[in-house]
Amino acid sequence: MKPSARRRLFRGVLYAVFVIVLAAVILVADWEAIQTNFFNPQVAAAAFPDVIITAAKNTIIYTAIAFVGGLILGLILALMKLSPVAPYRWVATAYVEIFRGLPALLVIFGFAFAVPIAFDWRPPGGSAGAGLIALIIVSAAYIAETLRAGIEAVPAGQREAARSLGMNPSWTMVSVVLPQAFRIVTPPLTNELVILIKDTSLLFIAGMALGERELTTFARDSVSQMANATPLVIAALMYLIITLPLTQLVAKLERHNKRGR
Amino acid sequence: MAADNLLQKDRPAIEVRNLCKNFGDNEVLKGIDFHVDQGEVVCVIGPSGSGKSTLLRCVNRLEEPTSGTVLVEGVDITDPETDLDKIRTRIGMVFQQFNLFPHLSVLRNLTLAQQRAKKRSKAEAEEIARKNLEKVGLGNRENAYPAQLSGGQQQRVAIARALSMNPDMMLFDEPTSALDPELVGDVLGVMRQLADEGMTMMVVTHEMGFAREVGDRVVFMDGGVVVEQGDPKEVLGNPQHARTQAFLSKVL
Ligand SMILES: Nc1ncnc2c1ncn2[C@@H]1O[C@H](COP(=O)(O)OP(=O)(O)OP(=O)(O)O)[C@@H](O)[C@H]1O
Ligand SMILES: [Mg+2]
Repeated sequence: MKPSARRRLFRGVLYAVFVIVLAAVILVADWEAIQTNFFNPQVAAAAFPDVIITAAKNTIIYTAIAFVGGLILGLILALMKLSPVAPYRWVATAYVEIFRGLPALLVIFGFAFAVPIAFDWRPPGGSAGAGLIALIIVSAAYIAETLRAGIEAVPAGQREAARSLGMNPSWTMVSVVLPQAFRIVTPPLTNELVILIKDTSLLFIAGMALGERELTTFARDSVSQMANATPLVIAALMYLIITLPLTQLVAKLERHNKRGR
Repeated sequence: MAADNLLQKDRPAIEVRNLCKNFGDNEVLKGIDFHVDQGEVVCVIGPSGSGKSTLLRCVNRLEEPTSGTVLVEGVDITDPETDLDKIRTRIGMVFQQFNLFPHLSVLRNLTLAQQRAKKRSKAEAEEIARKNLEKVGLGNRENAYPAQLSGGQQQRVAIARALSMNPDMMLFDEPTSALDPELVGDVLGVMRQLADEGMTMMVVTHEMGFAREVGDRVVFMDGGVVVEQGDPKEVLGNPQHARTQAFLSKVL
């Protein structure tokens, strides 16, 4: 057989397999059951408007708090990691290694329950607040590494030009290095943001009051209340509505960056 | 104070004594004695790796000297008590790769350090910046970003940026080496104009024509030492040292 004929045959087989599997799924699936359990209009109606005005809103608020907090703490850690003072570097390195190595769920649980008991500490904002602090601490570890890489990617000549003009190290960092570093790391930072949106779902382990629930907690509660999976589907759609524009943005930025070079 | 200033006028703008610089076990500068007088244009030439950039970068301490003395207008810049940032505002520096700030407009490139390091007001900084852009022939490009300019234009902006600090002297490290040949002339023209205005200049260059016509003195370096120096026409036309002769026969 000629190579071109073999390629065509192989393709034909792939299409055939696809069609057969699709047909099997359509024939075998119990569409009625799927509809009542996953796409049930009555259950869906009951979820609104709370799923938006409480759950989706809280997901966005928690993400924003964790991201801004993570950026601030992450920037401090990145600068510590690049510091000429060795102990700062050690502390930052240990921090990053520890919190990147631990499951976020464990850290959230620790801050919501273990730390308050151990230190007789009342976290601001109750257990949701404690969970958020944990989320900030974990995201800062990842963001610190991203920012450090961005700072190091700014050409040495930029720093030298600024210093040769008499600008001190702080102004050089703030006005020359950091603006360029942030531009370099916008795609990976947006990725961190998308991961963080999904990680807010781990906050459920902290235990949250009704008004504090974010999408996943809300969906879990509704699912067990209604004995129906439809709220899960609605929550999933909400996550996609929030994250898809961001992942598209990352893809666009990465294409843009590639062309720029 | 006035007497102090008078005294300093007699001093060389740059005076380097017995300067050594090692990178690890690589001895790059091996006891350099070098000076640039007030208003003098000194061109430093020599083969690649001879330490020209390192010498120049030791003058504003972008490179830390291993030993020796570097005096800028009589001030020892290796002294830990010296306010390095303040001295640097008096030493303009122009790099081979321009090193403009790519995230800032041309005007902002020129005003940033004026405001941050010299604490000038925005209005004053912009006035000075515009005057210097005019001077390098780019008065109409203040809103452009560096990436929108040709290499020659970028280098002229970089010169204008250094001039906006009102430096007493200018250091150039192969300012035209990264440029397309047809753009070299514009940059050399600006440098020639600066020299005519009496600016003190130390210029590392491979442009022998510039060294001959604009330079007051040429310094030939090889292997981390100053091999020969003197009047450009003498050094370039009638070199005394075998190493100078060998170098010049290659580049001329
Ligand atoms: N930051 C550095 N770290 C280690 N070695 C360096 C560093 N900078 C320069 N060198 C070494 O010092 C030597 C002299 O370098 P320098 O850049 O001063 O030479 P140059 O005369 O300017 O050459 P060129 O004409 O190529 O610019 C070279 O061997 C170079 O490898
Ligand atoms: Mg060099």
